[in-house]
Amino acid sequence: MNDRLLDFAIRYGFLILLFGMVVYFSIAAPGFYGPLSAAFVLQSVAITGILALGVTCTLVVGGFDLSIGAVATSALMLSAYSMVILEHPTIVAVFLCLGMGALVGLINGLLIVKFRVPDLLATLGMMFLLIGLQRIPTQGNSIATGMTLTDGTVAEGTFSAAFLWLGRHRFDVVIDRLLPMPVVIFIGIAVLIWLFLGFTRHGRLMYAIGSNERAAALVGTPVNRYKIAAYMISGVTASIGGILLAARLGRGDIASGNNLLLDSVAAALIGFAVLGAARPNAFGTAIGALFVGILLQGMTMMNAPYYTQDFVKGAVLVAALVFTFYLSSRRSGTGH
Amino acid sequence: MSVDALKVNGLQKSFGKNYVLRGIDVVLEPGSVTVLMGANGAGKSTLVKVICGHHRADGGSMSLAGQPFDPADAADAIRQGVVTVHQSIDDGVIPDLDVANNLMLDRLVERGHGLFVRERHLRAEAAKVAAEMGIDVNLRARVSDLSVADRQMIAIARAMARAPKVLILDEPTSSLSATEADRLFALIERLREQGVAILYISHRMSDIRRIADRIIVMRDGAISGTFDTAPLDYEAAVTAMLGHRMTEVDVAVQSGTTPVLELANLRLSQAATPINLEARDGEVVALVGLLGSGKSRLAEILYGMARPTSGTVRINGADYAPRSVEDAVAKGVFMSPKDRSTNAVIPAFDIADNMTLPFLKGLSVGSFLKASRQKTRAQEMVGQLGIVCQSVGDGIGTLSGGNQQKVMIARWLLEPAKVLLLDEPFQGVDIGARRDIGRHIRATANGRATLVFLAEIDEALEIADRIVVMNEGAIVGEHKNQNVDLAALVADISGAQLTATGTHP
Repeated sequence: MNDRLLDFAIRYGFLILLFGMVVYFSIAAPGFYGPLSAAFVLQSVAITGILALGVTCTLVVGGFDLSIGAVATSALMLSAYSMVILEHPTIVAVFLCLGMGALVGLINGLLIVKFRVPDLLATLGMMFLLIGLQRIPTQGNSIATGMTLTDGTVAEGTFSAAFLWLGRHRFDVVIDRLLPMPVVIFIGIAVLIWLFLGFTRHGRLMYAIGSNERAAALVGTPVNRYKIAAYMISGVTASIGGILLAARLGRGDIASGNNLLLDSVAAALIGFAVLGAARPNAFGTAIGALFVGILLQGMTMMNAPYYTQDFVKGAVLVAALVFTFYLSSRRSGTGH
Repeated sequence: MSVDALKVNGLQKSFGKNYVLRGIDVVLEPGSVTVLMGANGAGKSTLVKVICGHHRADGGSMSLAGQPFDPADAADAIRQGVVTVHQSIDDGVIPDLDVANNLMLDRLVERGHGLFVRERHLRAEAAKVAAEMGIDVNLRARVSDLSVADRQMIAIARAMARAPKVLILDEPTSSLSATEADRLFALIERLREQGVAILYISHRMSDIRRIADRIIVMRDGAISGTFDTAPLDYEAAVTAMLGHRMTEVDVAVQSGTTPVLELANLRLSQAATPINLEARDGEVVALVGLLGSGKSRLAEILYGMARPTSGTVRINGADYAPRSVEDAVAKGVFMSPKDRSTNAVIPAFDIADNMTLPFLKGLSVGSFLKASRQKTRAQEMVGQLGIVCQSVGDGIGTLSGGNQQKVMIARWLLEPAKVLLLDEPFQGVDIGARRDIGRHIRATANGRATLVFLAEIDEALEIADRIVVMNEGAIVGEHKNQNVDLAALVADISGAQLTATGTHP
């Protein structure tokens, strides 16, 4: 009986907690319950969520990607540079960014697989490299239309309407202009990665690599290719996050995106606790991102000061990790 | 006569219900090398761990130079004069420190040495130790930059810096080349002359021949033989180690039909003698040999993990030179590796996922897995092999060792193989599961050549049509599994004569 209770707690505890939190805020914070507030929460977690889904893929193969935040801000700066200074059309800017993300992922993967650099160190190095690189073309300045370039000319380009549409368009759902485009993209990517990791043989082999790399290799899995693919997925999703951020801000702001890395890693790790998975999974990651978003939104509406936010995030993360690892280690004796 | 260095009396040790040592009596004399032999799981390591203070004995007593000896922990054993050099060398050295610091490490641990390291003093002392041991390396070199043999010497020198009464060497040559091993033996001989009692654990017959003054053999947690009259009877020692109870399994010997796998002049390494071997359709061939006999190497070559030095492999008449494991599997060569928990089991997966892992492609539509098909296939195999489980959705960790191994074997029976390689398929498997696996392998043998890599003779007699003996990278004997001349088989395994003495089919 006790075992079944424990099993139930591990499986549904986190979802029940999430539900309880929504109920509590709905009663305690006027205006929390409603489509507008929901859209706002989703909007606030969309970009972090997209990055978190990418890092989930690297966690699945037993790796880690610290460079996602830097890839996102690089994509932000690259899209601005491409459109505002080089005056490229939207499609070129978008594909440049996606290509950059894939390339960074490929380099990360090669560093880890071919040069045997430990994943944390390789991606940490890449993070620094990108943070520096994105500042070089503009001497550390943000990019906006009308800025003066080094050669004295003025940047004439603008973010095209089509590009801004990616970050700012709102679909009519329930009420007019409710659901922002980034949320739709977030949900789309979440479904894709969920299907990929959970239901394709490629996803299954990636989990196998993460669980016992040697055994996976000995059944003939091309381990290196899958690992590189995981980092490339992570790079591409991070660059999508960066594009959406740029489209929302409408300028190449050098200082934005500081919190992206930590927030998205937190979401992916909180995801371990969802449904008692005790391993990285796309559904958990999306719920993890949502959990943090709802908690912060509710607290803000109850007038909690902004500087308590990081503390709360940290507390949720630690609780989720204890939940995952302590409870499932106790359960492991009694079966699956 | 001098008093015995170490005397072990009726030592017992169990882990839970598992009796590992059942009353061991051992005597080590000063200035003599005692070799301890035993198959995997015989209890050698446990015995060593009790002597060196890692485990406490459950019963029995030990005495050291006439005094009662009951070490509280490893440090206590060292303090009293029993020093052990463990199998994995890097447990004995700190790779990132230089040679001098490594040699003096134990002094640094002692209390009352002050806070600061007296660098010059330390180096002078280290130079003295190195000179005594005949170690000729740069004392400032980082240990991680040294060869395995040098590292090994340093681990031993470190142990010797304490002037021990007893030195235990656990498979010291397992990662050394022949010339490196020679240096080690020279060192051991020197220590023997200094009056140290040495316990030497090894599987390698060539080492044992070279170094042993006495041999004691362990089997199933007890001493199964002591050999101390010169000349030492090495074959009797191997027999005592492997045992040769006649098995109750009757094998209806098949000689196979058409040749499937042909090895022609295959050299496993530069120094090895070329191998020629043919395995036929429907035949189960057991390759037996001691550790380091080259059977693992051969398995790796056939499975695309290593390349032979020279020679060719043909399967069904076509040249076969796999570039990778993926390639080997694609060409119909499957291998169930040894050491299931490190090499085969995916701990996070359930039974069905573990079993179907290599053949997910055939079980999916496009890229999407058909969970129902995975389940049906797994359930079929569960029935055929008699895997005891609630459902194929159970975690692999919920199964017993024998059932886990059945899942790992079933994995490679899902699709027809041209050549099936089984490396130690009975490792950590109870007798019931062993019979089930053996029966099923034999029952399905038609349509492929099956190679089973084994260390134990009993297991080979249970499963094989033909037993091929390997020693030092070469094939030294071949026996049809029918009225096998056990004495000749054992002689081949221990390398008594390098020419085959067996009955050739």
